Amino acid sequence: MLTIERALVEKIVAHARADHPDEACGIIAGAVGSGRPTRFIPMINAARSPTFYQFDSTEQFQVWRDMDDDDEEPVVLYHSHTATEAYPSRTDIGIATESPVGLNVHYVLVSTRDPDTEEFRSYRIVDGEVTEEEVRVVEAYG
Amino acid sequence: MAIEVRIPTILRTYTDGNKVVEGKGATIEELFADLDSRHPGLRERLVDEKGLRKFVNVYLNDEDVRFLGGLETELSDGDTVTVLPAVAGG
Repeated sequence: MLTIERALVEKIVAHARADHPDEACGIIAGAVGSGRPTRFIPMINAARSPTFYQFDSTEQFQVWRDMDDDDEEPVVLYHSHTATEAYPSRTDIGIATESPVGLNVHYVLVSTRDPDTEEFRSYRIVDGEVTEEEVRVVEAYG
Repeated sequence: MAIEVRIPTILRTYTDGNKVVEGKGATIEELFADLDSRHPGLRERLVDEKGLRKFVNVYLNDEDVRFLGGLETELSDGDTVTVLPAVAGG
């Protein structure tokens, strides 16, 4: 299960809407081992594409160094689908399997295909297996 | 020639859980071969027959080696090499 503050959900959705029709991507960092996403970090989609996203490697280096300095890790990796449902694509599953971004990362998918409907879903992807998980949105972490 | 190498979480199974290891070599390629002698299997996760694996980022200090000389990028004593998983999808 992913437990996440409403303000972070709103930031992810706003980023996805703003970058539509291109895919948006980013992470939410949290303290190592906490499983709690706290710091919203929108990333550049270096692919600038409606069907693909890729972190800019130089930006990623800086973001990862900052996380390291603060004992943080990526807790959520999010990206948007602009014309299809918020479910991991074959490409998503392939890359998550070959190159996992970390241990215990929540893969969040947002779809912007419908301007009026919010689709926000979360998954675990382990060894090519996709498992959807419940998303519990809270006003604030207790 | 000592090079500090920073290993991402996901590859620390090859380094006994260590986040930082030391290696030597005049190039990235030599460094990876040296690391593999003490951390068997690590090199295969970083390179394939075509060179650097597509979804692996390797940085010399703070520059992506793809913008330098790739595996032939030359190293100097005291350099830091950082490995990160590339992040992409569709």
